[in-house]
Amino acid sequence: METIQEVTTTPAEPKKTIQVTGSVALLEGLIAEGTETIFGYPGGAIMPIYDAIYDYKEKLNHILVRHEQGATHAAQGFARTSGKVGVVFATSGPGATNLVTGLADAQIDSTPLVCITGQVFAHLLGTDAFQETDVINITTPVTKWNYQVTDATEIPAALAKAFYIARSGRPGPVLIDITKNAQMQLFDYEGYVPCNHIRSYRPKPIIRNEYIEQAAALINSAKKPFILFGQGVSLGNAEAEFKDFVEKSGIPAAWTILGAGAIPTDHPLNVGMLGMHGNYGPNVQTNACDVLIAIGMRFDDRVTGRLDKYAKQAKVVHLDIDPAEIDKNVKADVPVWGDCKETLPLLTKLITEKTHPEWLAEFKAFEKIEKEDLIEPELNPQSGELTMGEVINQLNLLTKGEAVIVSDVGQHQMVACRYGKLNATRLTVTSGGLGTMGFGLPAAIGAKFGAPNRTVVAVIGDGGFQMTLQELGTIMQFGVDVKILILNNQFLGMVRQWQQLFNEKRYSFVDITSPDFVKLAESYYIPGKKVTERDDLVGSLEQMLQHPGSFLLEVMVSKEHNVFPMVPQGCSVSEIRLK
Amino acid sequence: MSSSQDIELANAKQEFTITVYTENQIGILNRIAIIFSRRKINIESLNVSPSEIEHIHRFNILITETEEVVRKLSRQIEKQVEVLKVYFNTNEDIIWQELALYKVPTDTIVEKVVVERLLRENGARAVVIRKDYTVFETTGHRTETDKLIEVLQPYGLIEFVRSARVAIIKDSEGFNSKLREFERLDPGQDVIENEFLDKEKNVFTM
Repeated sequence: METIQEVTTTPAEPKKTIQVTGSVALLEGLIAEGTETIFGYPGGAIMPIYDAIYDYKEKLNHILVRHEQGATHAAQGFARTSGKVGVVFATSGPGATNLVTGLADAQIDSTPLVCITGQVFAHLLGTDAFQETDVINITTPVTKWNYQVTDATEIPAALAKAFYIARSGRPGPVLIDITKNAQMQLFDYEGYVPCNHIRSYRPKPIIRNEYIEQAAALINSAKKPFILFGQGVSLGNAEAEFKDFVEKSGIPAAWTILGAGAIPTDHPLNVGMLGMHGNYGPNVQTNACDVLIAIGMRFDDRVTGRLDKYAKQAKVVHLDIDPAEIDKNVKADVPVWGDCKETLPLLTKLITEKTHPEWLAEFKAFEKIEKEDLIEPELNPQSGELTMGEVINQLNLLTKGEAVIVSDVGQHQMVACRYGKLNATRLTVTSGGLGTMGFGLPAAIGAKFGAPNRTVVAVIGDGGFQMTLQELGTIMQFGVDVKILILNNQFLGMVRQWQQLFNEKRYSFVDITSPDFVKLAESYYIPGKKVTERDDLVGSLEQMLQHPGSFLLEVMVSKEHNVFPMVPQGCSVSEIRLK
Repeated sequence: MSSSQDIELANAKQEFTITVYTENQIGILNRIAIIFSRRKINIESLNVSPSEIEHIHRFNILITETEEVVRKLSRQIEKQVEVLKVYFNTNEDIIWQELALYKVPTDTIVEKVVVERLLRENGARAVVIRKDYTVFETTGHRTETDKLIEVLQPYGLIEFVRSARVAIIKDSEGFNSKLREFERLDPGQDVIENEFLDKEKNVFTM
C-alpha cells in the first residue's frame, strides 16, 4: 500500500521511453534479470542479437560453445551449481534443433533455462526459408513454456514471463523464438518490468493444513518411518528446513541421485542412495518401513523398480510442489502439496522429537554387509586392475567433499554418485532423468561458471566423452578451470554390463575404441596424463587438482567390472542384488 | 458403495468429458493434444471455442479411459502454463449435444419421404432447401444423430458431418468467479480444484 501516497503526491510525469531495437531490449532484460553468463552460438537468424551483444561485452559474458547442445548442458550445469537461471542463445534451424536434447534433459530434471533462438523473418514463416524450422512445435514437449515473438514490442514482457516461469514453482526450460525482423525492429522501450504473476499459472499449490496434520500424525505414530528425498529440496532452497525436519524426527533419509547433497553425505541420518544402483539398506528397507515420506521426488522407475511390489506395506506421505506428481506413480495416502520450504517447517513444528535407534541399527546392519562384500573391495582393492570406485574414493580424500562433481552417464556415473562425498548442497551435477551421454563435459563448463570458487571435477566415461569432446575448445578458449577425469574401461560399460547379465555376454557394439585422450587434450593446449598403475593414481589426482587451470586425467580401469548393487529390471527394490 | 466397487469403477474404461479453460494463445491446442498422443490415447472428439468470458477458450475433449488415467491426464493438462482450469466428468455429470448436418437429393426426398414426419420424428429441421439438394440438421446424442443417417441412407444421403461433443457441467457455477480468483496475486481458498481423493469428499485447493 506504500504506493498510494506516492501516486497521489507525485505529479504525473510522461513515461520516459527510448527507441531501441528488439535485440537491445532483450539484452537489457537479461541484465535486469541478473544474467551474467550466456552460453551460445551465433548464426544467420540471430545475428542482430549478436551484433547488439558486441556492445554489451562488459556486462554480459558470452561463452562461445562448440555445439548448441553443449550450450544447453553448460547452462544446466550453471543453473545446478548457482541456483540461477541458465541462459542460452542459438540460431534458427539446426541451431535450434541442436538444443532439443538439452531441453529434454532440463525438462525431466527440472532445470531452469531460458533459451533464446533466432528465427527467420516473420514474413518468411512457413515458406521453408533457409534455416527455418518449426522450433516452437519441435520444442513444445520438452519445454515448460515456449513462445514465438514476431514483434519487438513483445520482447520485454515475453522475457519477463520466460524468467518467471523458468524459475518459479517446479523449474524448467523455457524457449523464446524471436524472428529476425523483431530483433532489428526499433520501438519505444519503457524499461523492463519483471513478471510475478500469470493468471493461468499457479507455481505453488496452496498448502492445506489438514494434510500437514495428517502427515504429522502418521509420522508421529510410525515405528519404522523412512524419508526419500529428491532434487525438490535443493530446488526449493530448503536444505536448512529439511535438515531440521530430519534431525527432529530422527528418521533415516535416503536420496535420489539428483537429491544428493541436500544433507551432507556423512550426516548420521543420511543412509545412502536409492534406486537401481543405490545402496543395499535403503532399497531393502523401502519394503520394510511403515511410513514412507517422499520429499521433492517423483518415484522414477529407476528408483522404484517394480511398482506393484514397491512399499506396499507402507503409508505414503508425498510432499511435492507439482500436483501432477502426486499419485502419478505411487499412490499417496497423504498428499502434501506445496513448496517444501514452506511445508517442511509446518510439518517439523507438529512432529515429536524422536530417535529410532533400533530401526537405524537395521540400516547399519545392511550397510555393514554392503561395505564388507562390495564397497571395501571396490574402494580399496589391494591388487588387480584399478576400479572406478577407488578413483572416486581417492578423489574424495583429496577434495574432502568440497568439490563439485559433475558426471556423465553410465557406470562411472553410478559409481561417482554412490561414492562421491558431498559436504554441501549443489555439489553434484548429473543427467538424471534423461540419462544423456555427453552431458558431463559441457555441464562441467557451466558448473564452473556457476560455482567459480569451487573445484569442478568432471567424471566422464570413454564413451560419453567422445559425444561432446568438441567442448574442449570452449575450455581452451575461455580458460575454464575444469578437471576432466576420464574413467576409461574401453567399453560402453553399462550396456556391456546388461549384455553380460541379461544377454548371455553377447557384447553387441559396446566395444568402443578411443583416441589418445591425453594427446587430444594437448592439441587443445590442455595438459593431461594417463594412469594405468595403482601407484600413480593418488599422485596424478593431486597433480590434476593442483594444476592451475584445466587438466585431463585418463585413468584406465577394469574393463569388465560391474556396478553393484543392482535392482534388475522388473524386480522389486527388495530383490536388490549385491553381485 | 463399497470400496471394492469403487476400485472397479475407477478401473473400468468409460466416456469422460474433459473441460479445459485456457488463455486464447497460439500453440495451446498442440500442448494439450500431445499430452494425449504421447500416451497413445485417442481423442474421440474435440471442440474448441470461445467461452462465456472474453479471451478465454473452452475445450471439450471426449475420451474413453479409466478414471485414474483421466485424473492423471487432467493434472498434466492443468500443469500447462496457459491452462486455467480442468474438469473431468462422466456422462451422468453433464448435459451434452452433438450437431449433425445431412445433405440429401431434394427430388428423392420429396418423392419418397413424408418429410414432415421425418423431421418431427428425428427432431431435425431443414436448413437449406434447393432444387438439387436439401440439408437437414439435428442435434442430440450420438445414437440420435446416427439414427437419422440410417433413415436417410436409403434416400441417397450425399454427405454427412457431425460436430464434436459440447457439454455443460450440471453442477458448475461457471467460470467468472473462479477467474477473478485466478487474477488475484494471492488466491483465496475459493479456488476449488477437482476432487482430490475419490474416497474422500474433500475437494482440493491450490
